[in-house]
Amino acid sequence: MVKNSNSLLAISKSIALYITLFIFLVPFIIVVMNSFKATQHFIESPFSLPKSLNFSNYVDAFQSMNFMQGIFNSLLLTVGSIIVIVFFSAMTAYLFARFKWRINKILFFTILSSMALPFQVLMIPLVILYGEMDLLNMRPTLMFMYVGFGLPLGVFTFHGFIKGIPYELEEAAFMEGSSRLRTFFVVVFPLLKPVMVTLIILEVLIIWNDYLLASLILQSPELRTLPLSVFNFFSSYSVDYAPLMAGLLMAMIPVLILYLVLQKHIIQGITDGALK
Amino acid sequence: MRQNKKLKNIGIFLLFGGPTLIIFSAVIVIPFIFGLYLTFTNWSVATGDSTFVGLSNYFEVFTDKDFLTSFWFTIKYVIACLIFANLIAFFIALALTSKINGQGLLRTGFFTPNLIGGIVLGYLWQTLFSQVLPYLGDQYGWGIFEKSWLGDPDKAFWALVVASVWQLVGYLVIIYMAGFASVPKEVIEASSIDGANYFQILRKIILPLTIPSIIICFFLTITRAFLAYDINLSLTDGGPYNSTEMVSYHIVQKAFLSNDYGAGQAQAIVLFMAVALIAITQTYILKKREVEA
Repeated sequence: MVKNSNSLLAISKSIALYITLFIFLVPFIIVVMNSFKATQHFIESPFSLPKSLNFSNYVDAFQSMNFMQGIFNSLLLTVGSIIVIVFFSAMTAYLFARFKWRINKILFFTILSSMALPFQVLMIPLVILYGEMDLLNMRPTLMFMYVGFGLPLGVFTFHGFIKGIPYELEEAAFMEGSSRLRTFFVVVFPLLKPVMVTLIILEVLIIWNDYLLASLILQSPELRTLPLSVFNFFSSYSVDYAPLMAGLLMAMIPVLILYLVLQKHIIQGITDGALK
Repeated sequence: MRQNKKLKNIGIFLLFGGPTLIIFSAVIVIPFIFGLYLTFTNWSVATGDSTFVGLSNYFEVFTDKDFLTSFWFTIKYVIACLIFANLIAFFIALALTSKINGQGLLRTGFFTPNLIGGIVLGYLWQTLFSQVLPYLGDQYGWGIFEKSWLGDPDKAFWALVVASVWQLVGYLVIIYMAGFASVPKEVIEASSIDGANYFQILRKIILPLTIPSIIICFFLTITRAFLAYDINLSLTDGGPYNSTEMVSYHIVQKAFLSNDYGAGQAQAIVLFMAVALIAITQTYILKKREVEA
């Protein structure tokens, strides 16, 4: 009897959860369904299934958003910045973890505290300073800033992990005459893989989805990242909903694919990232 | 020999720390200091002049009616997000923590809205609020949806809350689940043997033991909601009639459209102080209620 009521509770819990999930996913379902319809059909009956799989909205959005350009720029900036973040922050974290000099402690503390600063406090000075140097509207400038904003999280993440790696491993390498830099890259760096995955995931989500900084730095249409293309597409198309929805989906697809592939790591990464 | 060692250490410091410190200074330290300086001037890009104006930018923050309105609006938005996102996430996580078929799938599903950036998310909900929900109102006579929420100041507020909560919940669910996982099963079993019912267990055992997770979730919700910009821009664009302008939106307008850099920066600093103060206070208050299992 007890068991019975327990399983009944479990079943009703499951059902409630799946219904809640369905409600959560309804916005996606609506967008997918209507991205295959004509705008008129969408306005008249947004809940009906599309009559056929018509990809013309996608073609339309692909061209009007200049999708290839957007995805190219986003990829370039995301991948480029993250590679630099990983290398530089790992090296600095190593410096701070292995050499307990006073200056290192002060710098580590300064870098950590900077993580409390909201972007809004830095955006105006950044635009003025880099504007005075005529460095706005260039991809390398934006990448440089993404690196600057990403380094503290990297240093923090790697520092905690490196502290846990036994020093003996490195000593053995030094005995064989390996230099400090070589030892770091051959012995320590490969061990960082698990936290590296966490860091990369968090940074991908931040940089790939960034709108505000990118919009302040980049003006030329050919430099637009995906969020900027979407913004521009919506501001100029505004009433033609069907291609807009196709455009939204196309903008989501890259991250959704990444999510499906790396699901477990992403959830783990988010948990670790938040709990720190 | 000692000289040598010192030189070697300087070499290591520059090699391992140099690149990071240069970039960190150029993107964060120098802009932050320059930003503070900026709040005491009336910097103008056009003329390049910058007269020292003392504290007047800060006085202006508290006399700028639009800023105060946006600040109050943001506070209400933060509170609404805080309550709804955490309540929903707490109960979803609670249900998910027991043995459920497809736990992983459910968690993955709830988290999905977190992957999309604020711009895409805002436009998605703009389409829903302006087209799909009014259709429902029309078809079934549901008065609440009859007109687009985005055309009415009060409802546009709730539109922002709904879209933001939708995104936040999945994130918070993951953190709450991690918290529930750390509540020892023996304690729950012992108290249920002692005759405690489910709600007593929830209130007296689970809740106090998950305070660390609650602190993190509150902190995340407060900071994210306070600083929200993208969703404000894409979902309501501050409208209707500037009724949904949040602080970040106001600052961006002030600085980059009105070219009022000094005042904009002073507002950004005030925003930072407010977020820090509120986030730290809530952590402090909740920490006192923390207990060990």
